[in-house]
Amino acid sequence: MVIVAEPKQVVAPGELLAEGDHLLGDNSFKVGTRIFSACIGIFEVDGNRVTVVPLKGGYFPRVGDLVGGRIVDVGLSGWTVDIRAPYEAMLPASETPGPRGPRRRDLSESFDVGDMVLSQVLAFDRTRDPLLTVKGPGLGKISTGRVVEISAAKIPRLIGRKGSMISMLKRETGCQITVGQNGVVMVWGKSPGNERVAVEAIYMVEREAHTRGLTDRIREMIAKSNVVGEVARTQTA
Amino acid sequence: MPEPKQPEKLIDDKGVRIDGRRLDQLRPIKLEVGILDKADGSAYIEQGKNKILVGVYGPREAHPKHIALPDRAVLRCRYRMAPFSVDERKNPAPSRREMELSKVIRESLESVVLTDLYPRTTIDVFIEVLQSDGGSRCAGITAASLALADAGIPMRELVAACAVGKIQGHMALDLSDAEDKYGEADLPVAWVPNANLVTLLQMDGILTTNEFETGLTMALDACKTIHGMQQEALKSKYLVIKEVAEEREETEVVA
Repeated sequence: MVIVAEPKQVVAPGELLAEGDHLLGDNSFKVGTRIFSACIGIFEVDGNRVTVVPLKGGYFPRVGDLVGGRIVDVGLSGWTVDIRAPYEAMLPASETPGPRGPRRRDLSESFDVGDMVLSQVLAFDRTRDPLLTVKGPGLGKISTGRVVEISAAKIPRLIGRKGSMISMLKRETGCQITVGQNGVVMVWGKSPGNERVAVEAIYMVEREAHTRGLTDRIREMIAKSNVVGEVARTQTA
Repeated sequence: MPEPKQPEKLIDDKGVRIDGRRLDQLRPIKLEVGILDKADGSAYIEQGKNKILVGVYGPREAHPKHIALPDRAVLRCRYRMAPFSVDERKNPAPSRREMELSKVIRESLESVVLTDLYPRTTIDVFIEVLQSDGGSRCAGITAASLALADAGIPMRELVAACAVGKIQGHMALDLSDAEDKYGEADLPVAWVPNANLVTLLQMDGILTTNEFETGLTMALDACKTIHGMQQEALKSKYLVIKEVAEEREETEVVA
């Protein structure tokens, strides 16, 4: 039971993390008693569990994930959606809100090619492509606000420990922000200025995800941008 | 550019090679990671006069669909030499040699990539030799494993590769183009350090058992050095951002 690598530091694939009876977290693997990193990321120790939080990598779907996607095809009974995963996702017409039963009308009246939809992964496993649903509060076509696409690997950092980063972002920029697990982030602000600052902050999280004191630095960045300051002032006045 | 003439001696009386190296010395190596924006992962290597760019895409949907495997990702590899990478224009059509190198490079990388995590997908590796100077398959592997890591693809570890050869009866490390052409033998080796696996071993020419063994030892030592440089290059991309960001914070606190 020895931790070999320095916690909170950047590790490369194949780097020795620990030796002994630790629990294997994400992106780690065991050879004999030695535990190695499987990707470039930040080494984390949580009790007896050793994990590598990746710094890069695409989205891999999980059931229940909230994802933003783009319609790429309209079929007879559903849509094909690009959710930035290695698999094409299907959104069946039966998973849209509204009356049941056979529908005669063209599905492109609801969502057309190029539309952005906020959806949830209903089913997915190694043998089948992901199945989406837009039944649920807040789900469906995204027609207002701004969509920011960042690396899916940076989403845990954007949310922060117990949501600390994202709640700070919402509070300080006065924007409503919805985070898709696949790296698609939606921002709705009171003014284009607010949205711009929020988008800037999101890109900053993506760029500097592995640095210390990021929350404070971002709060400062937002405070310095005049736009949000003005809005905050008018709100208090 | 005319074909370089055969040098009179590959090693001079003092035991120094034509480019001024000792027998057990590597050429200067420069590694860079993440230099292509559109690729998921990328790397660039300069080893002597070799200049090689590698782009990695994936894991992504397999096209054509019938190549997909139900239980793991397919690793596809393309080694290609630019028409301007050699003295005389290379025909841009894929040659027998390029296809062979693509295959051996793929096999040397397949043993480290955790393909079973991404069933029914492909991972594509494109190795583009911009300038060739001998030992490009090894430099290609070194850069390709970095590009895979840069793409965030889970892998057991980085693969390092280096060639040894025989020139004027002596075993020499990391042959240059002239040494490869006019020497007696060439032995490219790719090595995976933790698992202690040799994932590429080819031989062109004739070596005695003793020569082979000394050569292999030299190559593995060199792979160790290269492996260290790979890890450094991969991490430095993030450490630079970290330093800049944290320094900015410190100066702000002072101000």
